[in-house]
Amino acid sequence: MSAITQITGRALLLRGDDIDTDRIMPARFLRAITFDGLEQHVFEDDRKAAPHPFDDPRYQGASILIVNSNFGCGSSREHAPQGLLRWGIKAIVGESFAEIFFGNAAIIGLPCVTASEQDVRALQTLTDRNPQSSFWIDLVEGLCEADGVRYPVALSPKIRDAFITGAWDTTGMLLANYAEVDATAARLPYIRGF
Amino acid sequence: MKSFGTYTMGKTLLQKVWDLHTVRQLPTGQTQLFIGLHLVHEVTSPQAFDTLRLRGWKVARPDRTFATVDHIIPTRERKRPFLDVLAEDMMAALERNCGDFGIRLAGLDDDRQGIVHVIGPDLGLTQPGMTIACGDSHTSTHGAFGAVAFGIGTSQVRDVLASQCLALDPLKVRRIRITGALPRGVYAKDVILAIIQQLGVSGGTGYAYEYAGDTVERMSMDERMTICNMSIEGGARVGYVNPDETTFAYLNGRPFAASGDAFTRARAWWRSIASDPDAVYDDEVEIRADQLTPVVTWGVNPGQSIAVDGRVPAPADAADPASISDALDYMGLVPGQPISGMKVDVAFIGSCTNGRLSDLREAARVIRGRHVAPHVKALVVPGSAAVSRAAEREGLADVFREAGFEWRGAGCSMCLGMNPDRLEGRQVCAASSNRNFKGRQGSPTGRTLLMSPAMVAAAAVAGEVTDVRELVTS
Repeated sequence: MSAITQITGRALLLRGDDIDTDRIMPARFLRAITFDGLEQHVFEDDRKAAPHPFDDPRYQGASILIVNSNFGCGSSREHAPQGLLRWGIKAIVGESFAEIFFGNAAIIGLPCVTASEQDVRALQTLTDRNPQSSFWIDLVEGLCEADGVRYPVALSPKIRDAFITGAWDTTGMLLANYAEVDATAARLPYIRGF
Repeated sequence: MKSFGTYTMGKTLLQKVWDLHTVRQLPTGQTQLFIGLHLVHEVTSPQAFDTLRLRGWKVARPDRTFATVDHIIPTRERKRPFLDVLAEDMMAALERNCGDFGIRLAGLDDDRQGIVHVIGPDLGLTQPGMTIACGDSHTSTHGAFGAVAFGIGTSQVRDVLASQCLALDPLKVRRIRITGALPRGVYAKDVILAIIQQLGVSGGTGYAYEYAGDTVERMSMDERMTICNMSIEGGARVGYVNPDETTFAYLNGRPFAASGDAFTRARAWWRSIASDPDAVYDDEVEIRADQLTPVVTWGVNPGQSIAVDGRVPAPADAADPASISDALDYMGLVPGQPISGMKVDVAFIGSCTNGRLSDLREAARVIRGRHVAPHVKALVVPGSAAVSRAAEREGLADVFREAGFEWRGAGCSMCLGMNPDRLEGRQVCAASSNRNFKGRQGSPTGRTLLMSPAMVAAAAVAGEVTDVRELVTS
C-alpha cells in the first residue's frame, strides 16, 4: 500500500455534532454486495431535506471535509467512509470522531485528524467565505495550512505512522509471522479445550 | 488441573483478556489481537469475502467463525427468492461465501437463525474471556458475559477472516457502578438510556464500560445484554459485566458451552478473568438505579432522553441550542412539551437490544387483557427463531396476537430500515430498539421514540406515550 503523508485540495464544511453513519449513508444503500456507486448516496436523505454542502456547486471537487464533534457515531457500517472516499474526500478534519468510524476510515486510507473547536470553527468559516481556499494537511508535521495560516492537527502516533509508512492496510501485517498467532491461540483455554 | 497463567493483582477484565489475546506489537505500535469468535452476517461481509478471493486467501479459522442472516430478511413473507432482488443477492452471496470458505451458517430455515447478538449467547458461542468481533456496532452486547466484544467495519471483517486478528489500540476502562433496586416499571433499558443521557453520546469514546454494582449483579443475562448492547450509543465500543454465577448458570447446557468436568474447569477460568477487587480504573461513575423512572427519548440521538413524566427541553436552556432546536424541529415537538401524551403511529418490540424472551414476557404482562389502540400498527419481532418458539410455547405469541400485535419471524426488522419493515412518512414509532437517528427506521422523515419493551406495549395500548407504571401494579 502507498504511504499517505500529505493531502492537498479545497475543503467543504459540514456543521453539527454527532452526525451519525445512518445520515452519512442511509441503510437502504447497504443492500448491495459491493461498495460501487456509494458516492451517489452520501448524505442522501439530508440532501433531499435541505440545501447541502455536498450539492453546493462551490464545493464540487473538494477533497477535505471539515466537521465538528463525534462525527460518524452509531452504526459500524464502513459504507459511510467508503461513500465519502469515493465521493472524493481524502481527509477529514474535525473536533472529534466516533471510534469505529475512525478505524474504518483509517483502514481504507482516509485520515481523520482532530483540531481544537476554535480552529475547526475558523476553518469552517474560512471555507464558507472562500470555497476556493487551498488546504494542505501534513500528517508528518501535524498541521493543516489553509490560505497560508497554519493550524495544529492531531492524529494518534500509531495511526499516523501507519499512514506515513503505508501500513494502513493491515492484513499483510497481520498475516506475517503467523506461527505467533497459532501460539497465542493455543494458549487460550477455550481454544485448547477446557 | 491446567494452569491458566498467573496475574499480578489489580487488573481489570479488559486488561486480562487483552493481554491473553495479544499476539505481538505491530511495527506501527498497535496491538495484534487474536479474535476468539467472529460472528458474520450478510450486510458487512460480502466485500470482505470478495477481497479474500481476489488475493487468494483462505479463512484462517473457520472453526472460530459463525454466520447468520438477520439485517435484510423479511419478517413476514420469507419465501425464496425474496421479492427484494438486492436482499436476495445478499442472502445468496452469504450462502455462497459460507459454502466456499467452510463457515457454519444458521441460514433462513435453520432453527438457530436470528439476530446475531441474540443467537451467539443463546447457542453458548459467546463465553467469558473471549475476544469477539462482528461487523456490527452492537457486538458490545456479548460483553454481558465478560467477553471483550466490539463492532468492526468491513475491512476489519476481511482482516479477521484472513488472519483471525485485528490491529487495535488498547482501551481505557470506566467503571459504572449501578446501585439500588430498580423501581416498578423501570428496566435495564431505562438504566442504559439514563447512563447515556448522563455521560453523553460521545462520553465513552476511547473507553470500555465496565458495568458493576448490586443492581447489575442482580440482573439476568438478558438485562445485562440490554445494557451492554447500547454501550456504543454512549460512544463506548466495548461494554462488559464481570462473569458470575448468573453467567455460569446461563451457559450451563448450551450447545457450544463446555460440559461435565470441562464446564467445571471452564468456570474456574471464567472466574479468574473477572476484574480484580483492587483493579485500577481510568474513571469511575456512580448511578443510583433506585431513583430512576421510565425513560423516553425525545430527540434524534440516544442521549436525548427524559423521564416519561418530564418535558422536552427548550433550546434556550441548553448548552448547544442549535442541536436541541434541530432535534425538536425534526421531531415536531415544541420546547417544554410533556413527552407523555405524544401520539404514536407504530409500536415496535424487537431488536438486539430488547428482542429476547424476557423482553417479550415483560411486554406481554402489560398487553394481557388489553388491546392495541385502533390507529396503531403494532408488531413483535422475536430476536431469534428460538425466542419465537419459546414464546409460542409459553403462550406469549397468542397474548400479542389477541391484543392486535402482528407476530413476525426473527430478524432485525424495523430497527434499521434495511428490510421491508419500515416507517412511512413522518410516522412516530415507539420502539424497543437502540437508535433514534433521523431516518433510522427507513423513512427519511420517520420519528423514533426509544423506550423499554414494557413502555412500548403501554404506548401501543394507549396510542400515545404513556407511563407504564400506571399499567403494571407489581
